[in-house]
Amino acid sequence: MPTNSIQAITANRLSDGMVVYLTAQGQWSERIRDCQSADDPGMAEALIAQARQHAESGQIVGPYLFKIARQDGHPVPLGRREIIRTTGPSVGTDLNRSKPRE
Amino acid sequence: MPLIKHGKLVEDTWHDTDDFADVQALAALGPVIVNLAVWRQHRDAILALGGTLGLRLAPGQTPDIVAADLHRFSLIALEFARFTDGRAYSQARLLRQRHGFKGELRAVGEVLRDQLTFMLRCGFDSFSVDTKRQAESILDAVAEFAHWYQPALDGAATIPALRRRAVDRGEAAAPAGCAANWAY
Amino acid sequence: MYRYDEFDHAFVTERVAQFRAQVARRVSGELSEDEFKPLRLMNGLYLQLHAYMLRVAIPYGTLSALQLRKLAHIARSYDRGYGHFTTRQNIQYNWPKLGEVPDILAELGEVEMHAIQTSGNCIRNTTADPLAGVAADEIDDPRVYAEIIRQWSTLHPEFSFLPRKFKIAVTGAPNDRAVTRGHDIGLRMHRDDTGTPGFEVMVGGGQGRTPIMAKTIRSFLPVDHLLSYLEAILRVYNQLGRRDNIYKARIKILVQGVGVEAFAEMVEAEWRHIRDGALDLPAAERDRIAAYFAPPPYEDLSADCPALDGAIDADARFAAWVESNVHPHKRAGYAIATISLKPHGGIPGDASAAQMDAVADLSEEYGFGEIRISYKQNLILPDIPKADLHALWLALDSWGLATANAGRISDIIACPGLDYCNLANARSIPIAQRISERFADLARERAVGDLSLNISGCINACAHHHVANIGILGVDKKGTEFYQITLGGVADENAAVGAIIGPAFDEMQIADAVETIVDVYLQQRETDEPFIDTYQRIGPGPFKEKLYAPDQAR
Ligand code: HEM
Ligand code: SF4
Repeated sequence: MPTNSIQAITANRLSDGMVVYLTAQGQWSERIRDCQSADDPGMAEALIAQARQHAESGQIVGPYLFKIARQDGHPVPLGRREIIRTTGPSVGTDLNRSKPRE
Repeated sequence: MPLIKHGKLVEDTWHDTDDFADVQALAALGPVIVNLAVWRQHRDAILALGGTLGLRLAPGQTPDIVAADLHRFSLIALEFARFTDGRAYSQARLLRQRHGFKGELRAVGEVLRDQLTFMLRCGFDSFSVDTKRQAESILDAVAEFAHWYQPALDGAATIPALRRRAVDRGEAAAPAGCAANWAY
Repeated sequence: MYRYDEFDHAFVTERVAQFRAQVARRVSGELSEDEFKPLRLMNGLYLQLHAYMLRVAIPYGTLSALQLRKLAHIARSYDRGYGHFTTRQNIQYNWPKLGEVPDILAELGEVEMHAIQTSGNCIRNTTADPLAGVAADEIDDPRVYAEIIRQWSTLHPEFSFLPRKFKIAVTGAPNDRAVTRGHDIGLRMHRDDTGTPGFEVMVGGGQGRTPIMAKTIRSFLPVDHLLSYLEAILRVYNQLGRRDNIYKARIKILVQGVGVEAFAEMVEAEWRHIRDGALDLPAAERDRIAAYFAPPPYEDLSADCPALDGAIDADARFAAWVESNVHPHKRAGYAIATISLKPHGGIPGDASAAQMDAVADLSEEYGFGEIRISYKQNLILPDIPKADLHALWLALDSWGLATANAGRISDIIACPGLDYCNLANARSIPIAQRISERFADLARERAVGDLSLNISGCINACAHHHVANIGILGVDKKGTEFYQITLGGVADENAAVGAIIGPAFDEMQIADAVETIVDVYLQQRETDEPFIDTYQRIGPGPFKEKLYAPDQAR
């Protein structure tokens, strides 16, 4: 992995499976803009270690690093899979995650 | 390691080891469980010791290959290398049903609470459980289901058998036929 | 249809309580995710891209109106107002919360349903011909045996931790609507010379990355021996199936490895030990279960129906729907109606809670309150008097459920793909939408005739693309979605695996490529020749030539 790629950590929340991102405060947020980014491999290591502890203690499931870019100062995911994870299914948008549950 | 036998937490009197200097040293250990390789290599020497014997079979070691010697063992331990590796369930049933093994059938390895009833129903009667788990909580698992569908080795009446009894007593309701008869 | 007795009810209730406790132990940290995962999978609960996904079994694809209303209620109260019917007679909910899943399962238990063994390395929900009991070509009702298998396989003590998933399908008709050869075990009911009912037993079918059609290991197994024979197959597989490599763990690899004759011999040897034992089906138990599947109280109707003929003459859209979506019933004066869950441009297999409720109501108004789920991800109303078809169609139309495309090119089987699935390489739903929109013109779709097109989002082949006339497989090439086409797959009694036609197409080209294939077919076909016959006659050459012609923008 090139050292210049920025990464962040995502996982699914144990209680409802929602996509979450690790924040600078060591919390988990549903909004990618809250994520803590890691600009170098050392930082990435530290973040994933922290996330694995949270997985161990049962807040979240399956944490992993993924690549992001910064656009206008905001983190945006790279790769189709991670884009779909942040935005929800690309189909049936009337049924999308942004819509509150009936 | 804590041992559960016949539904109780008991002292383990067996010595289960692959790690011994020579066969003669086994004599000092008391009742001892050896693995299949050791048994095959030192069979006669071990028999000459005259002690109480157990055999440990790894997943994939079918009981058929030691069928002729099974009567020499008071205990057979079957290994769950991972709890998701289900080969020992078949080994257990074959031992009990095909080979008529009557001794202690022990589950060792990754023996977890949520697999306990499956093991019991396949003929295991003792369970070597991880120290960090509460042996008591494991025992609760046994009470989770009253009846099962398949005939197995727990001796319990199956659901089809209970149904037949109900029919014999004239208690069974007549089947309702099509969906239109669903009344709630 | 089958009804739970006190034992079935108690069992499902105990299962819910057990899972509730397991969830609590997971949440408290007593169970790790590694320990919990096999437990939740055996209760149908996955963790997908965006959320948990709960897969509920619809055993042998039969539902009562009450059960369908419950599925609608669950969609509304615990999910986001819709559900996805799958090709294996399950329904999937995409947004349940972990803590609420035990409540959902308890609600399902109230209507005699469950999610037991809809996932995991165990014997999965046994599927059957969706037209069981009503099809004109049926020899015997497979649901009786599917129910017997359901009970036997439920929390089987020996076979709950198999090397890999295990799927069984049963058909009672010569026309195979359950893709029996695509399963780990396929059972085809027939009768021997003396009229004794039995099964042809086929083993080792499966799709995924190694599509193989099951081989017959016994041409006739009398029905009483069904369970002991299945137990023998499973015991051989449990002991010898590979556990070191997940991609080689299915029974098909074992059968292929040892050879079908040697495998059959192992099964027969094991069976000799256990046959005529506790697993034999007493005739009384079989009859007891068979009685549940007794035919509904049909009326004596005339086979001719002037009212239907009149409506067909008067309304071309209705006539087209009857042509594609209505099938012959074994009873005079009745018909079988397919409710397409494939509106052009829609999401294949999805139904909203309101649509489910509507179908439940219609099944009671015009039928006997029974609904079937098909391999094609559609709903079926099995017992509609011919005279009521037009009224039914009008009602369905008002719910967007009257698309006249059953068996046609836009009746696409599609998996959730990258829009929902954790394992996906590419999206499948948008491709299905785009292709079905291309064929939205009724006259054009009718001209093309019967043609199956299936789309899987990765090589796991959940949408059975290998056995589609036109199969589409989503692949990932350096971060871009590409779609590989196979031609010539067949899912019926002549099941066959399709062959890759050439290099993959991208998202923008794939619908054009499908149109090119259809154009070649239309040019080359002889009168009334279905696509698959033309393909088998002329081979891949003409298709390849046109698809990869230099002037084709690729
Ligand atoms: C969305 C979550 C899903 C996951 C994670 C999933 C996973 C898998 C995997 C890993 C396989 C390959 C098995 C193998 O090769 O051994 C498979 C096969 C299959 N799945 Fe799924 N699947 C999903 C959804 C579905 C859906 C929605 C359907 C029905 C439309 C379905 C029906 C099937 C079928 C029919 C097969 C082929 C059977 C076979 O391999 O013999 N799956 N699935
Ligand atoms: S085929 Fe692949 S993408 Fe589609 S549902 Fe199955 S695993 Fe997911």
